Amino acid sequence: MNEMPVKDVTALTANDFGSDQEVRWCPGCGDYAILKAMKTVLADIGRSPDDIVFVAGIGCAARFPYYLSTYGFHTIHGRAAAVATGVKLANPELDVWVVGGDGDFMSIGGNHTLHALRRNVDINLLLFNNAIYGLTKGQYSPTSPVGTRSPSTPGGSVEAPVNAVRFALGAGARFVARAADTLQTHLPGVLKRAHANKGASFVEILQNCLVYNDGAFGAINDRSQSHEATVRLEHGQPMVFGKEEDKGLVFNNETGAFEVVTLADLKSEDTIAIHDETNFVRAQALAELEQPGFPVPLGVIYAEAATEFVEARGFSGTKSKWGREELKSLI
Amino acid sequence: MSDTAIAPDAAGAAKASPLVVRFAGDSGDGIQLAGYEFAKSTADAKSDFMTFPDFPAEIRAPVGTLFGVSAFQIQFGADEVLTPGDRADVLVAFNPAALVTNLQNLKSGGVLIVDESSFDARGLKKAKLETNPLEDGTLEGYQVITVDVVKRTLEALDHLGLGRKPATRAKNLWVLGLVYWMFGRPLDTTLDWLTSKFKQSPEVAEANITALKAGHAYGETLEISAFPNLSTPRVAKHRKGKSRIISGAQAMALGLAAVAALGKRDIVYCSYPITPASTLLHALARFDGGVRTFQAEDEIAAISAALGASFAGSLGVTASSGPGLSLKTEAMGLGIAVELPLLVIDVQRGGPSTGMPTKPEQSDLTMAIHGRHGEAPLPVLAPATPDDCFWIIIEAARIAIETMSPVIILTDAYLANAASDWELPDVDSVPDIDWPAVTSNGEDFQPFTRDPDTLARPWVAPGTPQHAHRIGGIEKAQGSGHISYDPANHQEMTSLRAEKVSKVADRLPPIELEDGPEDGDILVIGWGSTHGSIAQAAKELNAEEKRVAHVHLRHLWPLPRGLDELIKRFPKVVTAELNTGQLCSILRSEYLAPVTCISQVSGQPFHVSDLKAEITKRLEATVT
Ligand SMILES: Cc1ncc(C[n+]2csc(CCOP(=O)(O)OP(=O)(O)O)c2C)c(N)n1
Ligand code: SF4
Ligand SMILES: [Mg+2]
Repeated sequence: MNEMPVKDVTALTANDFGSDQEVRWCPGCGDYAILKAMKTVLADIGRSPDDIVFVAGIGCAARFPYYLSTYGFHTIHGRAAAVATGVKLANPELDVWVVGGDGDFMSIGGNHTLHALRRNVDINLLLFNNAIYGLTKGQYSPTSPVGTRSPSTPGGSVEAPVNAVRFALGAGARFVARAADTLQTHLPGVLKRAHANKGASFVEILQNCLVYNDGAFGAINDRSQSHEATVRLEHGQPMVFGKEEDKGLVFNNETGAFEVVTLADLKSEDTIAIHDETNFVRAQALAELEQPGFPVPLGVIYAEAATEFVEARGFSGTKSKWGREELKSLI
Repeated sequence: MSDTAIAPDAAGAAKASPLVVRFAGDSGDGIQLAGYEFAKSTADAKSDFMTFPDFPAEIRAPVGTLFGVSAFQIQFGADEVLTPGDRADVLVAFNPAALVTNLQNLKSGGVLIVDESSFDARGLKKAKLETNPLEDGTLEGYQVITVDVVKRTLEALDHLGLGRKPATRAKNLWVLGLVYWMFGRPLDTTLDWLTSKFKQSPEVAEANITALKAGHAYGETLEISAFPNLSTPRVAKHRKGKSRIISGAQAMALGLAAVAALGKRDIVYCSYPITPASTLLHALARFDGGVRTFQAEDEIAAISAALGASFAGSLGVTASSGPGLSLKTEAMGLGIAVELPLLVIDVQRGGPSTGMPTKPEQSDLTMAIHGRHGEAPLPVLAPATPDDCFWIIIEAARIAIETMSPVIILTDAYLANAASDWELPDVDSVPDIDWPAVTSNGEDFQPFTRDPDTLARPWVAPGTPQHAHRIGGIEKAQGSGHISYDPANHQEMTSLRAEKVSKVADRLPPIELEDGPEDGDILVIGWGSTHGSIAQAAKELNAEEKRVAHVHLRHLWPLPRGLDELIKRFPKVVTAELNTGQLCSILRSEYLAPVTCISQVSGQPFHVSDLKAEITKRLEATVT
């Protein structure tokens, strides 16, 4: 091997993580915002692009790896989580990110999402949820709400959508978070938390598809209204929301569900719920909060430390401890 | 493990013809164990041999039923033994169901040992018999030894006070003792094994040892004059060096371990359980190094993870049977498009769908060669014998790495389970598997530049400094690897991928006849597990001066150089395949040659006698 100049990775900026490829998403697509946040996060994390791998399936979202200067593998529809598992088995030292759309992760690849999560493979799964099949020109997806009109459902879809956070919790994920494309002061923090978690980290990123499903998330990723439509979760902090932080969530022990209160009307016996990201029951209740009626929870919904898969299997490094002598004794 | 150094040639040993012994009974009767011990004793006797277990597909079929019968067959002799034999000289039947389903496997005039203990009304009914075959004349023409094995075993173990059930369990060893006596075999190896196996429970060891000795002693009381010369030693002169009994599945597992050892890098084996491929996963999971096993959630995840491992710089391996191979095809297309090495093992079984999951068939050849979307050629290999399963894995790994391509290895339920005596390879003489060195310094690295000889692209794994790059299933520009929809580029890349695979044939040894005259009257072409049957048939026909040539293909794609010319030299060419003529069609379309096919899809390996009859028929026909 020739001498390779080693760059000072601590000096890398967000721009250093961009590739020379022309970005081919539609102008105004939410994916641009996620890419921007990702580059900042990678620069902040400070690992060399040579030790980072982005694996993606197929879809608009799945083009993501081409636009970063890290190693990247654009695979086949739905299978990215499985490919990423193989990457980790071969070389557990790499930082592995998996990017896919709602079709990729929840439909054709639903099975692999489920198993990567329950196995707790140390990969970061980023679901770009635009509630539509973008690349195939706008059919409804498994996350589209009932009544979605699309080329394949001209009279409106009738299927109950999958709630990605509920799915992930049900699959046994130990790290579940949600963010939105446009909320650039919030998204990077969530991505960093996902990276810091050793094990499978699941992040649903609500993403606007300008062309086929514009405004699907209403006020949530509209920066001017987002504070009214979302609640930003912080571990150990009360769940208050609203531009004026004038509303909050109270947990009703009888129903096992959250209720919205205005702080001014808070009854003396009630207290604003404190977010405990290690509380699984509360996480399940948070997963149920949807618009309209409730603020959508953003941030780390659930996080619990658990042994990571590849380590639990006892694999490390890339070289073999195995050699001719071992082979001879085996034979 | 046994040391089979050349032994003196006992008088008459070379002339003694090979013998076939078959054990058949309920799956709970310990048939496979008795068979395996007999095989070990055969190895000690320095005979050449081959074994084949015939399992039922059902896990715990009700006792005594026809579909719960398990069998084990072994052929051994002084000459090279290539198959487990067509029909048995000695058949052991443990119950009525075993007798009914296996009698067809006994030669007329053969020796039949029957345990009569379950030939009561209940046992006969379970075997769907109206009358008792021991009494109704069914067994006329065989040399029958009926023994109430259960009763004899219980008598022998009476003093141990074990109770009926545990004592009955030793009946397979009682019968094994009797069979050892018939063949003049010493009991030592099995005695030693029992002692060490049941070290923790000496009473079980004692029960089994007592039963074995009792069965052996019983032999002395038999009237034996009518029997053929079973006990003549059949010492194989060609046996040299150290050996062990090995099945195809075990050989394949060792082959994968060898790839890790020779490449000094763990391989990543990803698989989803399916009969008859799972035995490989089980064998590998027990190794404590070399192979990182991963039981995936499905076949697609298995191959995807294997490909991910290859992307990350290890050799990814996945294995399945036909139904699983169908599911893996999309990911294989990706492997071909991104040009990464990958091993895909297909242990073929009777299809379509669940078909006959424990029975062999060679019906995935067309799928392996052509069964993918797009123009997606890849090398296809098939081992010919159980021990070849070891070598073919190493060869396939070299091809995959050298070519930067997925490679399919086609084996089948027969090869996976058939076992023979394997002369241990000299590990030190096998060259290393070289992981290609990164030759660029990273500046303007182009992941799709090609080696001028092999046309392979460089394999640069994540973690390599200064080489971060992206690959994917979208067509790539030759050289840079950037996304490209340029028509001329797609044309060029398609040709390059095909040429790269085709060039594998340039590096293979030239095709050679296995047997028979270069100017013979017929050429028989086989591939994969049928090697033993075809080779034996050709050998016997040539001994009868029939002028039959045999060529056996280990490389199915690309086809070996010179095969075209070879085929065209013979007036008649026939393939022999356990399918309806898949290789035959491929040869016809590749070479425009009038090849015909001897086809069999019964879930059974070819019988040598059937092959001989078919080949003779073709020889005699005016037009093939
Ligand atoms: C095996 C297979 N089936 C179908 C497709 C077609 N296909 C490509 S992307 C896609 C869905 C994309 O939707 P999503 O995953 O939500 O990603 P988005 O484009 O919305 O980002 C489909 C159905 C394919 N590429 N491969
Ligand atoms: S179709 Fe939608 S998701 Fe795809 S690039 Fe365009 S805006 Fe983005
Ligand atoms: Mg989508």
